[in-house]
Amino acid sequence: MNNIGVLMTCPMLEYLEKQLEARFKLFKAWNLSSSKPDFFKKHSNSIKAVVGDTTVGADAALIDSLPNLEIVASYSVGLDKIDLEKCKEKGINVTNTPDVLTDDVADLCIGLALAVLRKICVCDQFVKSGNWINGDLGLASKFSGKSVGIVGLGRIGSAIAKRSEAFNCHISYHSRSEKPNTNYKYYSNIVDLAANCQILIVACALTEETHHIVNRKVIDALGPKGILINIGRGAHVDEPELVSALLEGRLGGAGLDVFENEPDVPEELLALENVVLVPHVGSDTEETSKAMADLVISNLEAHFKGEALLTPVT
Amino acid sequence: MESIGVLMACPMNSYLEQQLDKRFKLYRFWTVPDKSSFLASHKDSIQAVVGNAGAGADAELIEALPKLEIVASFSVGLDKIDLAKCKEKGIRVTNTPDVLTEDVADLAIGLMLAVLRKLCESDRYVRSGKWKKGDYVLTTKFTGKKVGIIGLGRIGMAIAKRAEAFSCPISYYTRTEKPDIKYKYYPSVVELAAHCDILVVACPLTKETHHIINREVIDALGPKGVLINIGRGPHVDEPELVSALVERRLGGAGLDVFENEPYVPEELFGLDNVVLLPHVGSGTVETRQAMADLVIGNLEAHFQKKPLLTPVV
Repeated sequence: MNNIGVLMTCPMLEYLEKQLEARFKLFKAWNLSSSKPDFFKKHSNSIKAVVGDTTVGADAALIDSLPNLEIVASYSVGLDKIDLEKCKEKGINVTNTPDVLTDDVADLCIGLALAVLRKICVCDQFVKSGNWINGDLGLASKFSGKSVGIVGLGRIGSAIAKRSEAFNCHISYHSRSEKPNTNYKYYSNIVDLAANCQILIVACALTEETHHIVNRKVIDALGPKGILINIGRGAHVDEPELVSALLEGRLGGAGLDVFENEPDVPEELLALENVVLVPHVGSDTEETSKAMADLVISNLEAHFKGEALLTPVT
Repeated sequence: MESIGVLMACPMNSYLEQQLDKRFKLYRFWTVPDKSSFLASHKDSIQAVVGNAGAGADAELIEALPKLEIVASFSVGLDKIDLAKCKEKGIRVTNTPDVLTEDVADLAIGLMLAVLRKLCESDRYVRSGKWKKGDYVLTTKFTGKKVGIIGLGRIGMAIAKRAEAFSCPISYYTRTEKPDIKYKYYPSVVELAAHCDILVVACPLTKETHHIINREVIDALGPKGVLINIGRGPHVDEPELVSALVERRLGGAGLDVFENEPYVPEELFGLDNVVLLPHVGSGTVETRQAMADLVIGNLEAHFQKKPLLTPVV
C-alpha cells in the first residue's frame, strides 16, 4: 500500500505519523514540500485518504480538491470538522475513534467536576506557592450527592453517569429523544434540565442543532450555585455569555476542556478561582492516543484491503 | 449549660465556635498568652475539650484538667488524643465519623485524577498562555488502573466503591483479612504496593501504622506507581517520599497531609507529577457544618446524660 497517498491534515501524534509513513505515501498538510496550489496540482490525484482530527478535518473545499478521495479517517470521535453530507454524496467512507476514548473523556469530566467543587487546582497552587504557612484556605463544596444533569446520553454521557452514580449523585439527562432502558430522569428541554441539576455536563455531538445549546437561558437556569462542565466542543456554549455569567457571579463555576476558538481562551477566565481550564485533553493519554491511532490505521488498512471497516460512521 | 467550661484546642470552624459560645463557657486555648497558668487557674471549670486533627488532648493536658469529662474531636482521626489515658480516667471521647466519609473519598479520587491526568499542571498551562504555542503533553489514563487501599474502614470502602466505577481492580491491606469482601487481600503493605498502580493510605494513625509507607513500600510501588495520602502525614516517611519523587523512583503522589503541617517539603513544589493540598479532606461547607453539629450534639448529649451520638471511648 506504499503508493497510496494519505493526507494528514495537521500534527496529531508522532506514533500515528510514523505508522502512516511506514504503510502509505504520507503527505503532511502542515509541512508541504511546495506551495499549496503546486502541491495539489502534483499530488491531488494520488491522495485516496485523509486523516483529520478535531482541529482540522475534511471540509467541502478539501474534499472537492481530492478527486480520488475514498476515505476520511478521523483521529477523534467528534465529526463536526467533517462535511458528512459531501462525503455521503461522493460515496466517501468516514471512520472515527469511538469507544477507545470513552473512559478518558468521562474520567476527565469527573476530574473537572471534583477540581472545580473541591478547588483542587486552587489548593495545589496555594500550597506550592508557600502560602499555607500563613493560614488555611476557605471551605469548598461537596461533590458526592450533588445532582448531575447530562446533555447527551451516548457512550460518553453514559460513562459519566456510571461514574457519578458511585458518588451517590442523582442523574438526569437531556437528549433529542428519551432513551429506553435507563433509570435516569429525562428532560425534553435543556433549560428544565439545567434548572433541576447542580452540575450540568455537555456530552453530546456538535451539530447545527446543538450549536450554542448552552446559552444565556440555560446558564441562568443553572444559576449562581450551578457548575457547567464542557467536555464536548467549544461551540456547544455561547462563550461570551458564559464569561459574563461567571464574572458577574450568575454562574457558580465551570470546568472547561474546550473553547470556541482554541487555543485562545477568554482572558477574563484566567483570573477566576471557580473555573478549571484544560487544553482539550479529553482523550490525551498515552494509552488512548495509541489506541486511537491504531484504530485509524486499522480502518485505513481494512478499507484498502476491501475488508469491513472497524468503526465506520453511518 | 452556660456555666460548663469547654476548652477549644485551636481555631477550627467559626460556626462551631459560635455554637459553643452560645451554649457553654468557651475558652479559646490559642488566644491564651500563658497556657500553663491559664490551666492552673481554670482547671476546675473545664469539663470538656474540643480538639481536631491538629491539636487534641494529650496526657499532659488531660492531667491538667481534673474535671475533664469528655473530649469531643472535630475529626474522625483520634491520633491527637491519648485514648489510653481517657479510658483510665473514665473520660468520654467522641469523633465525627460518617459525615466526612464521602468528602474524604471524593478527594482521594480527585487526587488520583489530578495526578494521573495532570489537571492542575494543564490548568496552569492554559492560564500561562502556553497553549497558544503548542499542545500539552500526553498524560496517563486512570480507568482500569489497579488501586490498592491500606485500611478498609468507612473511608477505604467509599474509595473502593468510587474507584470500581472507573473499572479499577481493587486490592487492600488491613491487619487481618476482612470476611465477605470481594476485593483481593494482601497480607503486607509491600506486597500490596508491588501489585497495584495507585496506593492509597486510608487507615487510622497508630503506633503500628506510623511510617507504614517506608522506603521498601515506595520501591515496591515503583517509577510508574502513584501514592495517595488522605490519612495522616506520619503514615509516610516523608524524606524517603521526597527523594523517591525527586529521583523519579516513584511515579507520582497526591498528598493532603504532611508530617509537619502546614510545612510542606519545598522540593515537591516544582514537580509536575505531584498534587499538594492543605489538609482539606473534609473541608467543604456542608461537611464541616455536619461535623460541628455532631460535636455539639455529642457535648449536649453528654451533659444532659443522654447516650453519646458517636462515642469512641
